[in-house]
Amino acid sequence: MISQLTKTERETALFLTALLTLSGLTLGLLGRNDLLGYHGALLAVAGMSLTFLLIKDYYKPEPDPDNRAKYYDDPIKVGLVLALVWAVIGMIVGDWVAWLLVFPEATFDAGWASFGRLRPVHTSGVIFGFGGNALIATSFHVMQRTSRARLADNISPWVVVVGFNLFCLMAATGYLMGITASKEYAEPEWYADIFLTIIWVVYLVLYLRTLARREEPHIYVANWYYLSFVIVVAMLHILNNLAIPISLGHAKSYSLFSGVQDAMIQWWYGHNAVAFFLTTGFLGMMYYYLPKRAGRPIFSYRLSIISFWGIVFLYMWAGSHHLHYTALPHWVQTLGMTFSIMLLVPSWASAGNALLTLNGAWGKVRDDATLRFMMVAAVFYGLSTFEGSFMAIRPVNSLSHYTDWTVGHVHSGALGWVAMITFGSIYTLTPWIWRKERMYSNKLIELHFWLALVGTMIYVFAMWNSGIIQGLMWRAYNTDGTLAYSFIDSVAAMKPYYVARAIGGLMFLAGAIVCAYNVWKTAKLPTVTEYTPDKPPLPARGRPSAAAQAAE
Amino acid sequence: MSKPVRDPYTGRMTTGHEWNGIIELNTPVPKLVLLFLALTFLSSVIIWLLAPAWPGLNSYTKGILGIDQRTTLEHSLEKSAIKTAQWRTDIETLSFEDISRNSALLATVRDHGERLFEDNCAMCHGPDGKGGDGYPNLVDDQWLWGGDPETIMETLRVGVNSGHDEARISQMMAYGRDGILTLEQRRAVAAFVISLSSSDHTTPEDAETLSLGAEVFEQQCVSCHGPDGRGMQSVGAPNLTDDFWIYGGDITSIDNTLRDGRQGVMPNWDERLSLADRKVLTLYIDDLAQGASQ
Ligand code: HEC
Ligand code: HEC
Ligand code: HEM
Ligand code: HEM
Repeated sequence: MISQLTKTERETALFLTALLTLSGLTLGLLGRNDLLGYHGALLAVAGMSLTFLLIKDYYKPEPDPDNRAKYYDDPIKVGLVLALVWAVIGMIVGDWVAWLLVFPEATFDAGWASFGRLRPVHTSGVIFGFGGNALIATSFHVMQRTSRARLADNISPWVVVVGFNLFCLMAATGYLMGITASKEYAEPEWYADIFLTIIWVVYLVLYLRTLARREEPHIYVANWYYLSFVIVVAMLHILNNLAIPISLGHAKSYSLFSGVQDAMIQWWYGHNAVAFFLTTGFLGMMYYYLPKRAGRPIFSYRLSIISFWGIVFLYMWAGSHHLHYTALPHWVQTLGMTFSIMLLVPSWASAGNALLTLNGAWGKVRDDATLRFMMVAAVFYGLSTFEGSFMAIRPVNSLSHYTDWTVGHVHSGALGWVAMITFGSIYTLTPWIWRKERMYSNKLIELHFWLALVGTMIYVFAMWNSGIIQGLMWRAYNTDGTLAYSFIDSVAAMKPYYVARAIGGLMFLAGAIVCAYNVWKTAKLPTVTEYTPDKPPLPARGRPSAAAQAAE
Repeated sequence: MSKPVRDPYTGRMTTGHEWNGIIELNTPVPKLVLLFLALTFLSSVIIWLLAPAWPGLNSYTKGILGIDQRTTLEHSLEKSAIKTAQWRTDIETLSFEDISRNSALLATVRDHGERLFEDNCAMCHGPDGKGGDGYPNLVDDQWLWGGDPETIMETLRVGVNSGHDEARISQMMAYGRDGILTLEQRRAVAAFVISLSSSDHTTPEDAETLSLGAEVFEQQCVSCHGPDGRGMQSVGAPNLTDDFWIYGGDITSIDNTLRDGRQGVMPNWDERLSLADRKVLTLYIDDLAQGASQ
């Protein structure tokens, strides 16, 4: 991969890895009496290893300038593999915490193995590690193909992929050591947040520069979705993580906000993390890979545009539905509820647009498990948004809130929508970027599909049951006005559902492992030379051609 | 850029744009979507008119229904208070004996007491009240502070080492850490303490240890645990002659107790549970104890 960089680029890369090493050392030195020191060391070690790799290949011959006229796919491959690695790690930990809820004593009396530390390893592992890497990798692919232009430069994609994964690593290892900012989905501490901000800005600039180089007159809608993901996540991340560290030598920081303002900002963040991380990014994925795989035109161009603006506008207001019946003023809750109801329309319009695009390709859906993944994802997207809008209605939320119903809703979205659309896209993308004729085994894709579908069904049905039972038990009164059940009664009643969920999750995890194996074997298949799923990048108009640029 | 063409399957025109093979149909937004949008918007407007919704500069629209979550909560608390008022006043005003004789009230005590106990006490004292490592048994007839209903009520109200102004103070000193007793003395008095509740201390070298232990006990411990080691409820010192141990009755546990001291914390429930609830719990504990002794 380094051999694909020119001398100047290798030097730039060396400069950056030296900078990383230096920042790591500084952080390690400042935080030597704190857990922060470990993360300093982690960054320094990462920086030094990368420097070493670069030096090792520094004198290798420069790449053929003609390559610069082609798409740049190396970072996509790395991002995709990392997505799968995180998928397996994140889901192993997910199933682990699922079993912990069945056998709560199974923590070996070790701090790191407690539920509170492992749970964020699961959530960050799957959302950021798996989802984030998949989004980054596919966005690099989609932005190049739909712009018919190569990535704007050869260094920033690596900064994004490597930097983002270092962030994920700091997050996961930090939780195990007990470092947390204690805001859900924003647990990493201030130094990791600053690090991610830098990476994210590089990502945004890279995206915009690549689009600016496009040779197509219009920007394809998938790019709108990806861009909203990049921009809004940057905004949310910065605002929600504003905090003051107790000192530069300590990992711990305190939020700039307090009380109900803090809660509102957190859930404005939390909900829009769902919206712009787990929804619009993956809609971008869907809008590219689904029509490509189905070989059908998008059902309605207009629908895709109004759904986009509908989703972007309405989601922004909906965060307060996470704080129904709290100290948050009533009027904020009413607004959150009503905007969540209206949000259903663009959500269903997107799901409908996807399913109607399959008109004329239903035969393929039947035969092709990859396309079926994407079809089922669109269905689950519709289901979970309907459920979400329903749960956002205050009286309904008074039953569902604090119960496993929420967890069921989360995973019908996370497994059914996010993971399925990703797996479908991975199976579509893998042979393309590794230049293979097809995936290693279609049977394994079929197996994965059924493991994933059945696993999701078991998971979601178990949580609906347990959630509603919990909710009903908590609000059951005797005739004399006393509670009919104690809290521990409701915990005991959950046990069979927790067992079922853990088994469903195990199936889903098994599917992910099958996928990783299949991708691995595909990468080892013989490469096809005359393989052209893509139209090549268009020769540049105004700007100097890529080849000329490289020769400079 | 390609020209708009007709899609043979749907018969619709495409937009004429194309991105790496992806094309789009120029299908107008389905009427259903617009209808649906109008409906959800309309229902939102109705909700905004009815409930508190839009903020202004100093206030917000209050809504026609005049609802507000704070008042709604107060109403529902009032309603539930009415439901429970009868038995609550009965329990507050009647004596413990009278309550025990009233089977309807006793049923409430058992039922409500169980909920209260499981929600507030079981995590420390165990679901059956039998205690566990660090937490006393509530269903035996041995009491740290006293087992008559009034005393239990008082323990619940103020707690032990709880930070409440009138809290009961339980203080078992750190004889080892604070250097009051030597290691030898500690070992001896620990052995002596064990001998109070078990009789198989008969080996010859024990006799000497035990007499040293008895001596230390006489000097250091009787002021709280009493001359016969049966404890003293005025200071919450436990009976050392029975076979129930809060912190363990083996030699190591007892030595740990003597080395580092013990200050058990029982939270106070003065403000967290109502008088009636505390009375229900007192009766419930009594009921549990009777159940356990049967
Ligand atoms: C955080 C743990 C904890 C909780 C919760 C707790 N207790 Fe206790 N309780 C203790 C400890 C420890 C003691 C022993 C204090 C001492 O050393 O004197 C104690 C002592 C008592 C005693 C005195 C026992 C005696 O022998 O005199 C009573 C009665 C009691 N608890 C009842 C309750 C009830 C009823 C509740 C629920 C409302 C409750 N406790 C909740 C820890 C707890
Ligand atoms: C100032 C009063 C006081 C003195 C003096 C005192 N104790 Fe204690 N002791 C207590 C109290 C109070 C407790 C209960 C502590 C608790 O529950 O947290 C206790 C607890 C114990 C226990 C633990 C009982 C169990 O059930 O686990 C042992 C053993 C013990 N004392 C032995 C001794 C010995 C031996 C001495 C003399 C060297 C001694 N104590 C002197 C007040 C005293
Ligand atoms: C192997 C499959 C999985 C299993 C067994 C699993 C299990 C779990 C468990 C046990 C919890 C904690 C629930 C609780 O606290 O009661 C949880 C939470 C969560 N999981 Fe998963 N999970 C899996 C896959 C995923 C995936 C793929 C995603 C996202 C893409 C995801 C996202 C989340 C989120 C966001 C939460 C937090 C939910 C909340 O706070 O309400 N999970 N998961
Ligand atoms: C129209 C769209 C949606 C609406 C209106 C919506 C609404 C809601 C509501 C009301 C809750 C429960 C809040 C609570 O009681 O605490 C919730 C939780 C959640 N939803 Fe959705 N949802 C939608 C779509 C989705 C999708 C597609 C996902 C994708 C994975 C998702 C992920 C989550 C997560 C992760 C939580 C848990 C947050 C937490 O940790 O408590 N939602 N959503």
